[in-house]
Amino acid sequence: MTNTEQNIEEVLIPILAKVSDPEIPVLSIMDMGVVRSAVIVNDIVKIEITPTYSGCPAMDVIGDDMKKALQDAGYKSEVNLILHPAWTTDWITPKGRQALEDYGIAAPLDAEADKSVLLEGKRLVVCTNCGSQNTRLVSQFGSTACKAQFQCDDCQEPFDYFKCLK
Amino acid sequence: MKNEHLYNYILGIADNSLILGQRMGELCGHGPTLETDIACTNISLDLFGQVRSYFQYAAKIAGDGRTEDDIAMLRKERDYKNVLLAEQPNTNFAYTIGRQFLFDVYHLAFLAELQKSSDLTLSVIANKCIKEVSYHERFSSDWVKRLGDGTEESNQKMQEAINDLWTYTDELFHQTEADKVMVEEGIGVDVTKLKVNYYKSVSELLEEATLKTPESKWFQKGGKQGIHTEHLGYLLADLQFMQRAYPNMEW
Repeated sequence: MTNTEQNIEEVLIPILAKVSDPEIPVLSIMDMGVVRSAVIVNDIVKIEITPTYSGCPAMDVIGDDMKKALQDAGYKSEVNLILHPAWTTDWITPKGRQALEDYGIAAPLDAEADKSVLLEGKRLVVCTNCGSQNTRLVSQFGSTACKAQFQCDDCQEPFDYFKCLK
Repeated sequence: MKNEHLYNYILGIADNSLILGQRMGELCGHGPTLETDIACTNISLDLFGQVRSYFQYAAKIAGDGRTEDDIAMLRKERDYKNVLLAEQPNTNFAYTIGRQFLFDVYHLAFLAELQKSSDLTLSVIANKCIKEVSYHERFSSDWVKRLGDGTEESNQKMQEAINDLWTYTDELFHQTEADKVMVEEGIGVDVTKLKVNYYKSVSELLEEATLKTPESKWFQKGGKQGIHTEHLGYLLADLQFMQRAYPNMEW
């Protein structure tokens, strides 16, 4: 039961890649790593997605958006939410991390570094605006469940940091 | 119901998160600063998300057409089995933080054990929740330190909140009938075993926050049996109003 492999049929990838997180429109759900499997069984696409955070309200919207995208491509579909294995920020692809940075959200650091910036006030998160590392934590909780608030002490820009979840 | 003990056991866990989640949600638009307001409502959102996982599972076990929403919204006061601590009001920010801290330390230890449950669904939910709850615990313990080791006034208010809420902590470690059966079956967590470490962790943090660990040995109980403080009725009136006034309404 520790299947961390994704099982997604080739033909479905370009369709699903068009669906994005409603809170972070630049980030495709495929790059976010929430789609764990998508297979065609008897002409119906069966999809399993895993939530980032339990209460993430985006999951319902993502499910509906996926069904719509598949319907437009001529498929019927079923979407199921699974909790195991639990989502981790390690599943965000390099392309996804770049999309976050470009959008102004600092991508998650590794678990150790994450702990030291959120708990010990270490300055390791790089400002998405000017690239300085002279940044500080404003709040451990941000505009959505998955983010913390930071501010750059060089360019003064406030920005979000995607918290490490492991 | 075939699996009544498991059903009651799940409700016992989930009701804590539901009622505490509702309390934290009350801070929406009323937090002392924008950042803390957002933090409290984020915690609330996490807790409600966790509750959905538990209640979906409970509804499946009940197997009588009840949905997660029915379980959350349509029970009477005495059918809620949350600990009294969870329902205590947001008297001031020190109480909000104190309540959260005293619950988070327990919640984290509880979930660590529930991960080992022989019930796969519960173990999977615990595995998901514990990641979120570790952020809650960081937030609340951070604020206990900040207020305890802050000004004379913040120290006094934080101490007062801890003293008042202390009487509700012992109940966290009481076993219900469902608890006993579930522990025997390897599904449930033996909460009595969490007690020593709990008080040790809490005392250590209070000391760091320059606060005194209360010495009172008199504790309140009753929540796990459905006998609540007067605060729960008002909370439920707020929580259930829409479903009571407009049955079966959906967003």
